Amino acid sequence: MTVTVERGARGGRVTEKHQHAKGPRRPRDSYTLFLLPGILAFFAIIIVPFLMNTGVSFTEWQGVGTPKWAGLANYRELMGDSEFWASFRHSLFMVVAMAAVPTVMGLVLAAALFDFVGKHFGTKTVAVLRACFYLPQVLPIAVAGIVWSWILAPENGSLNELLKAIGLGGLQQDWLGDPDIALYSVMGVMVWVQIGFPLVIFMAGLQRVDPQLYEAAELDGAGWWRRFWHVTLPQIRPEIHVVLLWCTIAALKVFGAVYVLTKGGPGGATNVPSYFSFTTFFEKTQVGYGAAISTVLTVVILVLALIGLKLQTRAEDAEEGLRT
Amino acid sequence: MTAVQAVRTKSRPPVRSVVGRYPVLVALIIGALFMVLPFLIVTVNAVKSPAEYSANGPLSLPEGVYLDGLKDFWERVDFGQKLVNSVLISGSVALLAVVLSVLNAYAIGVGRIKGRTWVLAFFVLANMLPQEALVYPVYYLSKEAGLYDTRLSVIIVFTVIQAAFGTYLLSAVLGQFPREIIEAAKIDGANKWQVLWRIVVPVSRPTIGVLLVFFFIWTWNEFLLPLVMLISNDNQTVSVALGVLQGQRLMDATMTNAAALLGVLPAIVFFLVFQRTLTRGIAVGAVK
Repeated sequence: MTVTVERGARGGRVTEKHQHAKGPRRPRDSYTLFLLPGILAFFAIIIVPFLMNTGVSFTEWQGVGTPKWAGLANYRELMGDSEFWASFRHSLFMVVAMAAVPTVMGLVLAAALFDFVGKHFGTKTVAVLRACFYLPQVLPIAVAGIVWSWILAPENGSLNELLKAIGLGGLQQDWLGDPDIALYSVMGVMVWVQIGFPLVIFMAGLQRVDPQLYEAAELDGAGWWRRFWHVTLPQIRPEIHVVLLWCTIAALKVFGAVYVLTKGGPGGATNVPSYFSFTTFFEKTQVGYGAAISTVLTVVILVLALIGLKLQTRAEDAEEGLRT
Repeated sequence: MTAVQAVRTKSRPPVRSVVGRYPVLVALIIGALFMVLPFLIVTVNAVKSPAEYSANGPLSLPEGVYLDGLKDFWERVDFGQKLVNSVLISGSVALLAVVLSVLNAYAIGVGRIKGRTWVLAFFVLANMLPQEALVYPVYYLSKEAGLYDTRLSVIIVFTVIQAAFGTYLLSAVLGQFPREIIEAAKIDGANKWQVLWRIVVPVSRPTIGVLLVFFFIWTWNEFLLPLVMLISNDNQTVSVALGVLQGQRLMDATMTNAAALLGVLPAIVFFLVFQRTLTRGIAVGAVK
């Protein structure tokens, strides 16, 4: 199933190009009617609110009354707002915790599961282990937050109790309440939440790799690490691209975990753009300013997404070019 | 490294390969245990009495099964109602978003309408937009439309957001749909509408099933928009109800555990029921 769809998706691009060259064969636009509900719904629910949000970002507005045009005032204010810069700095930490670390760990875990466990202990064992790693991914992020804020609680929290039990009581911390470590605690939780996603995708990707490549590498005397580096990594590059892009975007949008774990605190130590815009909208009711924050976040995400998609298509085109 | 290599070479004596593979297995099992440990701790503590909890701490095994904490919590937050709300919202979104995705993807993938690349790009970007950039206008417009604090408002918004992803995935799948089958049906006199429901949809059932499961779980797990849109107790979803309680820090340890366990259970049920679909679906989704 996986493999078929995968080939299908790639093949699709080729056929499309093919047909383009031939020119249209039949009137195609009679299908437009099927697209109508979708397009209308998108305009009403996504495009209009998005444009409104962008518009509001150029105004001063408390959410009631008429918005007052303010030009670029909100954006100018943002540039000098240390809270805003801090929230984006924390986003970089989230990218490390939700994209970089899970991708690297996912690669190693997927290869280890595939190479060692799959070949010697059977697919059942692999399925069970993979399920364990994937489990946090189906958990609502709010529930994951509840679970972890209780585990990380300063008094009677499981982690501190555990440290005490194994004689490392000196390492006990107020994991979420200490401004110096709260961000790292949240990062740790996010790694736990996120790790299953790359793992499962990479394992699916590995099934696609031609075993002969490994055999050839082995005959040439390549060890496990060299095979991993020179065969596995290049072969599942499309999956790595997708995972990095998706996870980076998810990291920039992270909200629920911060809301439930720390509420951006202590003292803004774990504030992120998403939570920052939320509080600006609904607690401070500075709607114009909140809209400016979320607009900047959107621009960052869209630029990243476009770069990511560009790199991906370029890599795929290069690959196709090599094949033909 | 030699031990590792030995694993690969089947003809080597088994003693050496054992050295290489067991440490890896043990390391992976420890990792997997660490992943499920939070679930175990929560389960163990949700069935302890408050007295037992304060006496023995979170790491002790329960002396008996004490379900009053769960019962109290259930009644206090009216958890049954929250479950109904979550099922209703997620179920409706899954169905409606699949219908919308199928219609879009039929026009793009099978119909190959003009400018489909642009239409598709439009849907992809819509899917990537952060909800933060929609949340205030959606909140404001729903108030204007009298839909604020209704489950319907959340259903409408998520139907569209999920359909953006569905359109993208299904368009790729339908782009590969065998033309011969469609041509044959047309020769037999079927119109486009009939081709869609009698041929394209039944044949694409595996992908549609994956989308249904994903839309359901994603919507179930959503937090920001439901948090903003559903303020009354009668309309809240499981995620929002638990997240808000936690945020207010009103709960003692036993309550927290009851909340965590009740929040975790549906996820585990989905996981057990849909595990195959989930893993297959991720694989399908990965290839974009």
